Amino acid sequence: MTGPDQQPIVRLSAVDKVFGRGGQPATTALEGIDLEIRRGEFVSLIGPSGCGKSTLLRVIGDLVPATRGDVVVNGKPAAKARRDRDYGIVFQAPVLFEWRSVEDNVKLPLEILGRPPAERAKRAREMLQLVELADFTRHYPYQLSGGMQQRVAIARALSIEPALLLMDEPFGALDEMTRERMNSEVLRIWERTGTTIVFVTHSIPEAVFLSSRVVVMSARPGRITKVIDIDLPRPRDLETRESRRYFELVTEVREALRAGGGLEGDDADGGGVASEERTLAEGAVG
Amino acid sequence: MSGAAAGAGAGVVAAAGGGAAGRWAQRVRYYAPAVIVFVGAIVAWELIVGALNLQKFILPKPTAIVAALNENLTSSRFNLLASAQATLVEALGGLAIGTVAGVVVAFATARWATARGVLLPLAIAANAVPIIAFAPILNNWFGLENPLSKMVMAAVLVFFPVMANVTRGLVQVDPAALELMRASAATEWQVLRKVRIPNALPYFFTAMKLATTLSLIGAIVAEYFGGASLVLGRVIVQSSSSLRFDVTWAAILLAAATGIVFYLAIVVIERFVIPWHASMRATESS
Repeated sequence: MTGPDQQPIVRLSAVDKVFGRGGQPATTALEGIDLEIRRGEFVSLIGPSGCGKSTLLRVIGDLVPATRGDVVVNGKPAAKARRDRDYGIVFQAPVLFEWRSVEDNVKLPLEILGRPPAERAKRAREMLQLVELADFTRHYPYQLSGGMQQRVAIARALSIEPALLLMDEPFGALDEMTRERMNSEVLRIWERTGTTIVFVTHSIPEAVFLSSRVVVMSARPGRITKVIDIDLPRPRDLETRESRRYFELVTEVREALRAGGGLEGDDADGGGVASEERTLAEGAVG
Repeated sequence: MSGAAAGAGAGVVAAAGGGAAGRWAQRVRYYAPAVIVFVGAIVAWELIVGALNLQKFILPKPTAIVAALNENLTSSRFNLLASAQATLVEALGGLAIGTVAGVVVAFATARWATARGVLLPLAIAANAVPIIAFAPILNNWFGLENPLSKMVMAAVLVFFPVMANVTRGLVQVDPAALELMRASAATEWQVLRKVRIPNALPYFFTAMKLATTLSLIGAIVAEYFGGASLVLGRVIVQSSSSLRFDVTWAAILLAAATGIVFYLAIVVIERFVIPWHASMRATESS
């Protein structure tokens, strides 16, 4: 018995993505991706640079088409889900329009949808309250800090009440303190809205702290090497980050990443991956 | 659009903060050196011409130039005021024609890659040509006495920077902004209105500042080659050939003043239309 709520919100089966056409040598960014994401889950995609985790997010969002395989989002083909605005997206850069006030930036997707002005204003107000920027509606992006700008971007993505929120390293450009605060913020928003979140990151602590499941990927070609259930209790807070189980899971993810990197063939590539791994491991200590 | 611009103005004013008195003191400090150098140069000019006893037809004193301006403002022979007015009309007409044509072609080149392929190399080639050399031809085509021939000369000069800049502004959009619009399933028309056009506005104003000067140059140089006599170009030619260089200088002074007022008008409009742009903020805080 599978009602609509039991259906996965994202289902990828045997998805490949190959870049390059014409005379250029083709690059296989993704190979044999099988993944199901249930409604209400918080799933992180983690892996070294170039493992295709951002590409995978874009395949889900129909921003790049899959070369082979099936991508089903919210029970329909990814392209249809995009046209139906079934998801919101947050990029690494806030991508706010400098000519729009904070409020008008949040309204953008609603304008595109053609919603009436009263509804736009109401939604924008609610969303800015949700990200705790209600006092900054009339400000302009350049008057806000990086973390605040990213919160505006989150408010914008959520303004259309999407079933799915795609986040592509949204806090990668922030300092560690701000990032931790934003992590708690995102969890709070996730718990309040019940939106499914797919979250791309290269920070192990971030992935473990946030997720219900961490999907570990390896590079060249991008593959899923392991999926780790994060059974930390919720709500998660500062104590979570200091718990024994948290460190065990961080170690587990790190080892999975290393194992994925170890599968690499030639030496030159192996070296590159090893150094990326070190960076990742250091990130975990911080 | 205008509502957004008005809101933007309010935001920036609020953000600029600080006491009005403090701002004025700052402004005085900022402009004082330039004003002192300018006034000093005029005084030095006056004194050196007097000390060296230079002939009036080589270099008249500034006071002599102002006197000539005063005498001939409405004199029957040179009538500087009417001449300046006629030249301004030609320049404005040329500016309008050239700007409209430049913007229209820019939209076409931005929209259709084929148009870009054909027109952009042509425009670049045309830009390398000293177009002003065509003035006698245009006078011949559109009628020596007809102000339209001067307008066309000004318009041709204005066309290229406007077209090139606006095309760039429409095309050089943050790829992430386009991805955001795609994720929101925006139509191409919405992308144009909400991203490309606002993005092109600063480029447009940069072009307009160039264009005001170019339109005056076009009109005056076209006048050198003949036409109605009460225009600045004709006054410059006729007064210098009858060795009334004080009048020549007075006409140049008027042309310069017109150019500066023209330029400042664009700067004021720019501040109202794109107060959000970084270049506006830089002047606010300096």
